[in-house]
Amino acid sequence: MAPVPEPGTAIEELKVTPDKYLPHRYAGASGDFNPIHIDPEFAKAVGLPGNILHGLYSMALVARGCAALADGDPRALRRLSVQFRGMGVPEQEITVSGTVREVDDNRVTVDVVAEQAGNRIIRNAEAELEL
Amino acid sequence: MPVKTEAVGKRYPPVTYEVGREKIREYANAIGATHPVHHDREAALAAGYRDVVAPPMFCVVYSAAAVGPAVLDPEVGINFATMVHGGQEFVWGEPVCSGDEITTTTTVVDIHERNGMGFYAFESVSGNQDGAQVVRGTWSNIVRGV
Repeated sequence: MAPVPEPGTAIEELKVTPDKYLPHRYAGASGDFNPIHIDPEFAKAVGLPGNILHGLYSMALVARGCAALADGDPRALRRLSVQFRGMGVPEQEITVSGTVREVDDNRVTVDVVAEQAGNRIIRNAEAELEL
Repeated sequence: MPVKTEAVGKRYPPVTYEVGREKIREYANAIGATHPVHHDREAALAAGYRDVVAPPMFCVVYSAAAVGPAVLDPEVGINFATMVHGGQEFVWGEPVCSGDEITTTTTVVDIHERNGMGFYAFESVSGNQDGAQVVRGTWSNIVRGV
């Protein structure tokens, strides 16, 4: 079992740069083929800068960042709540960072954020883990 | 134009999804989840799982077909041109492994209007073949200019 951290402990930062074709692979894996994620021309036609990342992909990165507290054990994450703000884009580094807010026995609450080029693409994220 | 709230409480027919080993690997690769329990059956068994185990966020894969019809329901009346996915919460129960049959039921839990925006919330509850809950999801969508 992973050790239970103290409140105020920072989680190990997760840095990921999704490549140009990541949204296509995520579309196939998830089944979400909304063209705003995979078709730059379509995305521009509806006023976006280009094709944008799936919000639930960015949420999956947040989940991965939290799971690091449990050495990646998928049983540890019990709850994750996020707000999607701003837009994630391919080919720019995303940083997931967070701080342990509360520890109750082996249950740990973490405040998390995902940021890309100074833009918080996921904010007010709150994760609960059982370690 | 005020939002229609008649659909609050509406429940949609359950949808069952059969979880496959290669689908878990494909999803894990897409999100960069490299832990061996998502890829290697022996590693998963050694860690106490029945088979290769899905990353927690794989719940979007088996929930999608159950949540889609609720979001698209004309009775709910979402204007997709101005809709954004505003927020998401998942609460996990039993882990999901290859070979599981996951059944998901979706309910419209809230529709309201504030500051000219429509707020729509859907709840999905997913259980496995043994009747154990594996995840509860709350999907929040925001529509500008209702």
